[in-house]
Amino acid sequence: MSTSSLPGLLPELEIVRKDFPILERTFEGVPLVYLDSANTSQKPQIVIDTMVDHLERHNANIARAMHHLGAESTEAFEGGRDAVARFIGAPDRDEVIFTKNASEALNLVANTLMWARGDLQIGEGDEVVITELEHHSNIVPWQLLTERTGATLRWFGLTDDGQLDVSNIDELITERTKVVSLAWVSNMLGTILPIAEITKRAHAVGDHGRGAVVVVDASQAAPQLPIDLAAMPADERPDFLAFTGHKTVGPTGIGVLWGRRALLEQLPPFLGGGEMIATVRMEKSTYAGIPHKFEAGTPPIVEAVGLGAALDYLSHIGLDAIHAHEQAITGYALDGLATVPGLTVLGPLDATQRGGAIAFELDGVHPHDIAQVLDSQGIAVRAGHHCAKPAHARFGVQASTRMSSYLYTTPGEIDALIEGLEYTRRYFKLA
Amino acid sequence: MSTASLDSLYQDIILDHAKRKLNSGLREPYEAEVHHVNPTCGDEITLRVHLDGDVVKDISYENLGCSISSASVSVMTELLVGKTLEEVEPIHAAFLEMMRGKGQVEPDEDVLEDAVAFAGAAKLTARIKCALLGWMAFQDASAQAQSDTQKETDK
Ligand SMILES: Cc1ncc(COP(=O)(O)O)c(C=O)c1O
Repeated sequence: MSTSSLPGLLPELEIVRKDFPILERTFEGVPLVYLDSANTSQKPQIVIDTMVDHLERHNANIARAMHHLGAESTEAFEGGRDAVARFIGAPDRDEVIFTKNASEALNLVANTLMWARGDLQIGEGDEVVITELEHHSNIVPWQLLTERTGATLRWFGLTDDGQLDVSNIDELITERTKVVSLAWVSNMLGTILPIAEITKRAHAVGDHGRGAVVVVDASQAAPQLPIDLAAMPADERPDFLAFTGHKTVGPTGIGVLWGRRALLEQLPPFLGGGEMIATVRMEKSTYAGIPHKFEAGTPPIVEAVGLGAALDYLSHIGLDAIHAHEQAITGYALDGLATVPGLTVLGPLDATQRGGAIAFELDGVHPHDIAQVLDSQGIAVRAGHHCAKPAHARFGVQASTRMSSYLYTTPGEIDALIEGLEYTRRYFKLA
Repeated sequence: MSTASLDSLYQDIILDHAKRKLNSGLREPYEAEVHHVNPTCGDEITLRVHLDGDVVKDISYENLGCSISSASVSVMTELLVGKTLEEVEPIHAAFLEMMRGKGQVEPDEDVLEDAVAFAGAAKLTARIKCALLGWMAFQDASAQAQSDTQKETDK
C-alpha cells in the first residue's frame, strides 16, 4: 500500500515529527524507529523548553514562598492542574490530584479506601472486582487491599479473541461489590474496555443507592482517546480516573488522579506532611481541602508545568486526529504483521476495536531475541510480559514482543518493523 | 547495536546450544530443586541438582527463556556435570566475574571453555540477567543439596 493513500494519518505528520528532537537520533548511522510509546512516549520541544524555562526563570517552591518567584512558580504549577482539568474535561479543577505516576494514583485510591470508615469501609464479605488484563499497577494494590481487609478479590476474564468477557457481569458485580477497577485500554492486548457499560452497572448495585466505586486506569487511554468526563452521563462517569504523565508526551515523575469531589472529601488523607494540612497541633491536625489534602510535601513542580505543556500540545493537535492517526497506523501494522510467517498477534485484530499497542509472538524466536535483532536495525520495541503477567498467562504465553505507535509514527516505520521481522527470521535461520 | 556486535552476541555456539538444550528435562534422583525467575522479563527455570558425594552427577532443568538464557544453562551443564564441587567453584566464579565485568573482563578460555561465548552478552546490561539465570539457579540448588547432604551425615 502506498503510504500517502492511508486515510486518517495526521496531515502534518512530517511537521509533528520535527517537534520531537529525539526522532532524529541514529545509531551508527541507522535511524531510530521508536515503536515503544506505550512504554513511554517521546517529548516534543515545547515540553522540554517549558521545563527549562521554568527552571531557568521561575523556579521557587510553591504556595509557601512570599516572593515574586514563589508567585510565578505557584501560578505555573496550578496552571498545570488547569491544563489537566481541561484535557480530561474534569467537572471541577480541584478534583485533579498530582501524584508521582499512575501506580501511585491507583495506590492512593486503594490505600485511602482501605482506611476509610463509614459507608466506604471495606471488610469481610465485601468484594473488589478487577479484570484479567490489568497492568500489575492495577492488580497488586487491590490484592493488598483485599488481603488486609479480609475482602475478596474477583475479576472479569477474557474471551479467546482478547475482549473482556462480560457474560457474567451480573454475577460479578453484585450488592457485595465495593470497588470495580479496570483499564480503559489494555497495554498488552490493545483491547478497549466497555467502561461506560461497566460503570453504569457498578453504580446501580449496592444498598446505599450509590453503587460501587469505579476506578478507571486511563494510562493507555489518555494518550490516544478523547476524554470528556463532564460530558459523560453521571451514571456512566467513573468515580476515579488515573493516568501517567510520561505516556502523554509529558515528563516522568508526575501522574494524575481525578476523583469525584464528594468521594475525595470523604476519604482520609494518603500521605501526611507539609501542604496537606489546615492546622497542626501536637495532639492532632486538621487537613487542607482537596486537592492539597492529597499532595503532601513539595510536589513535582517543574514536572506539573511540563505536563501542562504536553497536554496542551496534544489538545492543539486534537485527540480526535491523534486517535484517527493511531487507528490508521494500527490497521497498517496489523496488515503488515499478518504477512510475516509464523507471527501471531495477541488481542483483537480489528484496528477500530483496539488501541495502538500490538503484542505478538513469532514462532521459533524468543521475544528478547527479536527485540535484540530489531535493535540492531534501530527499531525499539518492548519484549517481556509488559507488567501484564496474568494476561499473558491467560493466553498461555510467557512473554511477547510489543510494538506501540504514537502520533509521530509513520507507515514507513511500520515497513521498517516488518522488514526487521523478516530479517530476524532469516537471522535465526527460519527463512 | 550494530550488526557486527549482533554477530558477536549470537555466536554459532550460542545459537547451537539454544537449539539443542543439552541435559534439559527434569530427572531423578536429585537432592535439591529450585525455581528461579527473571522478574523483569518473566524468564523461568526449574533446576535440579544431583550430587554423588562431592561430584555433580547431574543437572537437569526445564526452562522458558530467550536464546541467551537457554544456551547459557546448556553450556553450564556441559561444563559442570561430572566435576567435583571443588572443580566447579572456580568455573562458576569466573563466569560470574565475566558477566558482571561490563565487558571489561578478559575471560580465561582454559577455565570457561565454550562459556567464553557469553562475553558479548556481558556488554549488554539488558542481557546479563538472561545469561546468569541458570547459573544462579545452580548455585542455589547446589548450596541446598550440600546442606541437605550435611544434615544427612549429621544424623
Ligand atoms: C495500563 C497501565 N497502567 C498503569 C501503568 C503504570 O504507569 P506508571 O509506571 O507510570 O505508574 C502503565 C504503564 O506502564 C500502563 O500501561
